[in-house]
Amino acid sequence: MSQFPTLPQVNEEVAGKLGVLPEELTKIQEVLGRNPNFTELSMYAVMWSEHCSYKNSILWLKKLPKSGPRVMAAAGEENAGLMDIGDGLAVCFKIESHNHPSAIEPFQGAATGVGGIHRDIFTMGARPIATLNSLRFGDLEHPKTQRLLKGVVAGISHYGNAFGVPTVGGELYFDPCYQTNPLVNAMSVGIVAHGQTASAAAGGAGNPVFIVGSATGKDGIHGATFASEDITEASEAKLPSVQVGDPFTEKLLLEATLEAIASGAVAGIQDMGAAGITCSTSEMSAKSGAGMDIHLDKVPAREEGMQAFELLLSESQERMLVIAHADQKEVIERIFHKWGISCAEIGAVNDTGILRYFMHGEKVAEIPAESLVLGGGAPVYERTWEEPPYLNEVEAWKQEEVSLPEDLVEVLEFMIRRPNLISKKWVTEQYDSMVGTANMSTNFPSDAALLHLHGSRKAIAATTDCNARHIRSNPRQGCAMAVAEAARNIVCSGGTPLGVTNCLNFGNPYQPHVYWQFKEAILGMKEACEKLNTPVTGGNVSFYNQSPDGPVFPSPVIGMVGLVEDADQQAMTLAFQEAGHSVWLIGTAKNDLAGSEYVYAYHKQTLTPAPAFDWSEELKLQELTLHLIRHKVITSAHDVADGGLLFTLLESAFPKNLGFQVRTDSDIRWDAFWFGESASRIVVSLPEEKEVEFQKIAQEKGVNHLKLGTVSDGKITVSGMDLGNISDWKSIWENRLSEILEG
Amino acid sequence: MNFGVITFPGSNCDQDMVLALRRIGFSAQSLWHQNPDLKGVDCVVLPGGFSYGDYLRSGAIARFAPVMEAVSEFASKGGYVLGICNGFQILTEAGLLPGALLRNASTRFICKNVYIRPEAGLMKQDLPVKAYQIPIAHGEGNYFCDSETLQKLEANSQIWFRYSDEAGNVSPEANPNGSLGNIAGVCNANKNVFGMMPHPERAADAWLNNTDGADILRAFAACLN
Repeated sequence: MSQFPTLPQVNEEVAGKLGVLPEELTKIQEVLGRNPNFTELSMYAVMWSEHCSYKNSILWLKKLPKSGPRVMAAAGEENAGLMDIGDGLAVCFKIESHNHPSAIEPFQGAATGVGGIHRDIFTMGARPIATLNSLRFGDLEHPKTQRLLKGVVAGISHYGNAFGVPTVGGELYFDPCYQTNPLVNAMSVGIVAHGQTASAAAGGAGNPVFIVGSATGKDGIHGATFASEDITEASEAKLPSVQVGDPFTEKLLLEATLEAIASGAVAGIQDMGAAGITCSTSEMSAKSGAGMDIHLDKVPAREEGMQAFELLLSESQERMLVIAHADQKEVIERIFHKWGISCAEIGAVNDTGILRYFMHGEKVAEIPAESLVLGGGAPVYERTWEEPPYLNEVEAWKQEEVSLPEDLVEVLEFMIRRPNLISKKWVTEQYDSMVGTANMSTNFPSDAALLHLHGSRKAIAATTDCNARHIRSNPRQGCAMAVAEAARNIVCSGGTPLGVTNCLNFGNPYQPHVYWQFKEAILGMKEACEKLNTPVTGGNVSFYNQSPDGPVFPSPVIGMVGLVEDADQQAMTLAFQEAGHSVWLIGTAKNDLAGSEYVYAYHKQTLTPAPAFDWSEELKLQELTLHLIRHKVITSAHDVADGGLLFTLLESAFPKNLGFQVRTDSDIRWDAFWFGESASRIVVSLPEEKEVEFQKIAQEKGVNHLKLGTVSDGKITVSGMDLGNISDWKSIWENRLSEILEG
Repeated sequence: MNFGVITFPGSNCDQDMVLALRRIGFSAQSLWHQNPDLKGVDCVVLPGGFSYGDYLRSGAIARFAPVMEAVSEFASKGGYVLGICNGFQILTEAGLLPGALLRNASTRFICKNVYIRPEAGLMKQDLPVKAYQIPIAHGEGNYFCDSETLQKLEANSQIWFRYSDEAGNVSPEANPNGSLGNIAGVCNANKNVFGMMPHPERAADAWLNNTDGADILRAFAACLN
């Protein structure tokens, strides 16, 4: 190794600089039976970082339900979850965070987040058909927020549009708690035929190991370690930890990878995300109880003189580790060459369980594969927790003390401009939402995005949901509500909920208050997923979303997919269809302002409980809604969520520029009736002649139902009050974000 | 009717186009950027996407692909060529269509449904002159040419589509990207090479609740007879 500068001798101080605790160094020494060299220590540092090892979360994650009759690849088994959808097809889906890179360099941070999650899907052999993005930023009026938002949106647009997979849904939410730590979560959904899937296991000894895709550079070294720390002023100095994406290469890599998998020549394949070659070689080996001999000097490098540890840790994008069947390696080489993708043989699988890495024939590292990975030798910790004191304030809140405003119009004028409630068109129009000609929601807006599967009657429904404000007030109930809301969105679109992927965005797990939020949220998710029969097929934990100002709200984002068996007959829109149709609320109207955007923004009461929620009501509501859709009783269905009932009505009216004439239930204070956010409510519309049938079914299913009024041709009347025309409200709602951002 | 749809590296609407053409009832096959054999097709389609990553400039590299020499020769002999979005950009870069596609006036990528209105008298089987709802998805769709070229386009009926509102009125408000004269699509002087920024193949499927694009593809195919 004489051509390189001398690497430091490993001791506790060096280990500490790489984020390795003294007891972890001792454990490494025990595994190896000697002191690790710097290269080996670097490998342990990234593989045992929170990002790769889930060391502070895995004990809790294991409590989540992960099995079910449709599950074909359960959480932790492969790169993404896989569920059967019938007709010999399976849906493959996963959500992942790219929060830390996006906080420092929003464009590339978000772009590479999109690229990374798609690779997890197509490395399974599935073709991605949709992306969703769940984005959270600080105060929208703040210039920094606007810079981050514009950068993130441009990055997603740049990468996703060129890659050629439509961006079909997601969330955009603002709260000052995300000022330093924006959350950028991307979800990919793909489809694969049974028998066409690929595995991330190394397979048999003697199989050649290829690195395919982009050349390896010095970008992203220690990126996984970086993602496992709080964001501070010093973080900007870690800009080199952010990778740079190339969607063009990713598109070619997609086509070449799917062609290679279809050829049958691939024994195993895994994408390179965090911790690059280290992670892919160790995880693939450990899955098969194998090892590998890797010649790092054969890795195509972007620059000369890269050292072994840099090649091992680089997080350069658009790379895959491909293991070919020994007798078919020419097939792999031919396919990647056809697509103009670099394909270099860098070693072979062995049967020793030991990873050995060489530079020009000289061994630079030797580690048992199992010792590096989650589920193997990676450490597992149970952290201490403590209920945070702010909950006392939550409990002390009294709705009676919230003053009743005088004028509904004045409240609506305020609410229609709230960043969390306005149209996100300025963002979504920058995304190609239609490539692939599968997105039904373009001309048929629905609560969950609907993706028609070509050559089939089926559609996939997909959504992401997380009301972090509710979760902060009550992590267990709030997280259960997020899962219930995701399912409600799937149901309102006509789908049966299938499964969940989660992106668990929290603060620093070493803080007992944060850890309490985390474990409570997991318990709420567990209960919800059991009630709804939606197993968790995987996801991602993102801790350390924390700055000197404190942690972000606990934000476990729920990504859910559902199945519409017959998209022609059973897909449902959120849009009112015709003037004269009746408008009904199903579920129970409640005198409940807690947790609402209204009480938070209009009354500036920032610590209130989560809204009312009852599982038996929720389950009956979802069952009723699916029944009404499948028996063609209703013509629209829209979940009551942020902004409350009046916003639900407006959102149903906007697409076709229809209005509505509705009235209040007098038992409930009017602000709670129109702006409260209690869960388990859906607004439906139906032709008048269906009303008798509708009421009979709702009664049979034991669900409260209340006639609100009728759809009009554009005029809005609330309890006799003239609120003008829908087009006036729509233009404020639709243009507000552009006004703020474009000035 | 036999269409050939070229796949360039980075094309991402090629399979959507093949599917849409087949759904309408035409036969369609893929052509490969490195292979100059056009396989005897009646019409060559250059699809949307980001050929060569749109690096350097949209369409600037794709025009040098081996298949493009064959396409130029095919066009010079009167063969029909259709470019959609990135395909339109490639055809202007290759000099097969007049004008250029500049960055959108907003400087942002735009994806949404818009309305376009065909000019009368251009095609053998005319499209009824009305507004068709067709999606756009581009960052560089702002059509530009010099005034002399524009005069020729007008005089020679080479303007195929203009952006309009739902009622078919061509107005500045209905112009999504700053295109000169609201131009959304043009053809060459011989009227055998056509290009448009909107994506008819994205509006050619009853499952997606919009088949306006199928009408456009059908009318275009009628020219080939």
